[in-house]
Amino acid sequence: MAEIESAALDQIVDASAAVLGLAIEPAWKPEIRANLAVTLRLAAMVDEFALPDEAEPAPTFEA
Amino acid sequence: MRAWATAGEIAAAVAGGATSAVAVVEAALARIGERDKILNAFTAVTNERALARARAIDADRANGRPVGPLAGVPFAVKNLFDVAGLPTLAGSRINRDRPPAVADAALVGRLEAAGAVLVGALNMGEYAYDFTGENVHDGPSRNPHDTSRMTGGSSGGSGGAVAGGLVPIALGSDTNGSIRVPSSFCGLFGLKPTYGRLSRARTFPFVASLDHLGPLARSVGDLALTYDAMQGHDPDDPVCVDRPPEPALPALGRGSDGLRIAVAGGYFRRGASPEALAALDRVAGALGAAREVEIPEAARARAAAFVISTTEGAALHLDRLRTRAADFDPAVRDRLLAGAMVPAPLVVKAQKFRRWYRAQVLQLFESVDAILAPATPFTAPRIGQKTMMLDGAEVPLRPNIGIFTQPISFIGLPVVAVPVPLEPLPIGVQIIAAPWREDIALRIAHALEKSKTVAAPVPPERRAP
Repeated sequence: MAEIESAALDQIVDASAAVLGLAIEPAWKPEIRANLAVTLRLAAMVDEFALPDEAEPAPTFEA
Repeated sequence: MRAWATAGEIAAAVAGGATSAVAVVEAALARIGERDKILNAFTAVTNERALARARAIDADRANGRPVGPLAGVPFAVKNLFDVAGLPTLAGSRINRDRPPAVADAALVGRLEAAGAVLVGALNMGEYAYDFTGENVHDGPSRNPHDTSRMTGGSSGGSGGAVAGGLVPIALGSDTNGSIRVPSSFCGLFGLKPTYGRLSRARTFPFVASLDHLGPLARSVGDLALTYDAMQGHDPDDPVCVDRPPEPALPALGRGSDGLRIAVAGGYFRRGASPEALAALDRVAGALGAAREVEIPEAARARAAAFVISTTEGAALHLDRLRTRAADFDPAVRDRLLAGAMVPAPLVVKAQKFRRWYRAQVLQLFESVDAILAPATPFTAPRIGQKTMMLDGAEVPLRPNIGIFTQPISFIGLPVVAVPVPLEPLPIGVQIIAAPWREDIALRIAHALEKSKTVAAPVPPERRAP
């Protein structure tokens, strides 16, 4: 996953807020965007780590 | 009893009649009244309840009834534990509107069943999404070793109350380091047990798949005494395992002989201050731990823990973010809002990575019994501090506080944080064991305490002249 540009982050923030019904004040946006950038950078470290298709997630459901 | 008496000493004195539970509790309440104006560890003091409970213990003793292994020991809990009659704040303003809890948290009940006396609820970072111990609504909890400095968080009041001599034991929670960080900054012993060991029933959650509860204390004996009193299955917490209690206190005296102890290298030596490395070397030296092991992919584990925390936290708070966003601590709100916007496949991948990483680390434990690592990269920063110098570079403070604790709680390993009494400020070392082997980490901590390698230092202004 490549580094995400600032304009793209703004689009993610706006679209997610609309989908989730979150009212975001313009003044909060720079900080949300900065947090999202850090989170997506860390998530990319996990994303790029190859695991087999059979890998189970840690939480397991018991019927 | 002196202010610095251990829980074990207090319980013995109360059980033997050398003092009364009422006298012990009155003294604790007086200390809180005097010292907490500065430390800001407490958000509620339960005077009446505590005195009623103490009178009942004294009556039991007078009538020849058993008083329990923690008889008359004052304790306090992070304010995310339910305390009957109080709203469970979890460090927030929003939760002040909740109805008062109708019953105590399970662990409060277990400690009181063992004779301990709850004296109050403790300050914490909002919704436990914090490593500093600062709180915008209640003010920062202050480090007893230097009140201009952070306690660490998010169990900040728990650290301040125990290190400041207000109570001998406190309970906290640890999702990514929130017991071990304040233990390090405040110079305390802290136990984060194995994930699923202790009941979380009737506590306010943060990240369900990472939340742990545990004690902070000024001695290893008190940590074990408290931990043993809280063990046991509880059907009210679906994560709490059905496993018989495995008391740690009786085994403490077995020491560390014969245990294979290694030091975590690589990731755990990068980004550590000279103090953190000096403390680690001192502990490793005392234990003769010469072997170094590499915990594989620790940086990625920390990244995955970060992703799971922010997204599960966002899910927990989504309705509050919709309806009361302006009432959050702005820093917490903006992290949670960002967490709500992370694409779902990345979260699932983090949970898949988690199982892979767990298997790798468990393999390490086939050839070692315990691994040593720094608890925090540095000693307690100043309250309000935003950046830190590490390896000659200025780095943002807050996200770096938990870099050494996150990869460990990520897979639920038991850890005892032990305080190395460096001057002017203490710093902690993590003793990490395999799942369900809290006993091993506690034995090693006890051996280090006996050799005076580690100790919970008394704050300067509280030392006798």
